[in-house]
Amino acid sequence: MAKRDLPEINAGSMADIAFLLLIFFLVTTTIQTDSGLSVLLPPYVEEPPPPEKKNKRNVFAVQINGNNDLLIRGRQCPDVNSIKEKAITFITNRGKDPNSSDSPNKAIISLLNDNGTSYEMYVAVYNQLKAAYNQLWEETSMEKYGRSYDDLNKEERKAVRNEYPLVISEAEPSDLLKS
Amino acid sequence: MSKFKKKGKKGAPGITTASLPDIVFMLLFFFMVVTKMRDSEMKVKIQVPAATELQKLEKKSLVSHVYIGSPIPKYAAVMGSAPRIQLNDQFADPSQIPFFIANEIEKLSNPKLRRAMTCAMRVDKEVKMGIVTEVKTELRKVNFRKVSYLASDAGELE
Repeated sequence: MAKRDLPEINAGSMADIAFLLLIFFLVTTTIQTDSGLSVLLPPYVEEPPPPEKKNKRNVFAVQINGNNDLLIRGRQCPDVNSIKEKAITFITNRGKDPNSSDSPNKAIISLLNDNGTSYEMYVAVYNQLKAAYNQLWEETSMEKYGRSYDDLNKEERKAVRNEYPLVISEAEPSDLLKS
Repeated sequence: MSKFKKKGKKGAPGITTASLPDIVFMLLFFFMVVTKMRDSEMKVKIQVPAATELQKLEKKSLVSHVYIGSPIPKYAAVMGSAPRIQLNDQFADPSQIPFFIANEIEKLSNPKLRRAMTCAMRVDKEVKMGIVTEVKTELRKVNFRKVSYLASDAGELE
């Protein structure tokens, strides 16, 4: 029996299929990028400056000890997630409550952790403090420009940030509680 | 009879390989895009904490990584299980940070970008703050102040 000629497969469109797949994957895959909490560390000084005599009402002191217990403005706080609300109330007080800040410009957040504090707790607290400011910035931006903070340009962002300047002072950690 | 009747020699035609390069290139491109270059082998176990207020680190070349965590089992026998710092692919002490940073700065093509450099701290969530603070102090000493605490996205916390 004679060999039968199989019809040749047209390969001309293979390239198109390949490119189609390529483009599909290009569009759908996302390159995983690292993301994290951005922080600007204070400059290093040999001798820690003597603690500035700040009006106590303007300082939002957050302390975390070696057992990951929270102390906010001298009061125990069992819930990390309540820091955001507390911080916002403190910053936006504008002199109403004599125990809270005079104005957002004067409000300072002081974060003190222990050498035994777990990193997870520290990040959770830092995240809450950042969340408080992010919310305030977002609200200000909506009020002032009617746009989200993310859509603002550099100058506008600066203006928004000046309304609620983010000052987080981190004291050198000590061994608050040896455990 | 049929208009399309084939002429000539009969036989199984070879499968055309004309499109093979395309397929290969497609695979190549795909892997080029998807692979994440991690230049150092991880010698410490790290599970980053979760957070919500994340910012992406855009320019890969401007990011220097510092890893802190407990050594993986392979190295635990030698290094112990206490959290250690890993720089590039070696265990290090906090005192080696300035040298590491100087190296990273030297790698930059444009010295003007120095100010945009960030130190990404990939730290295990179980680690105590003591060692993290030591690293932070070393970074401050060399005036390298932009730091990012790498974290995973916790989604909506509320």
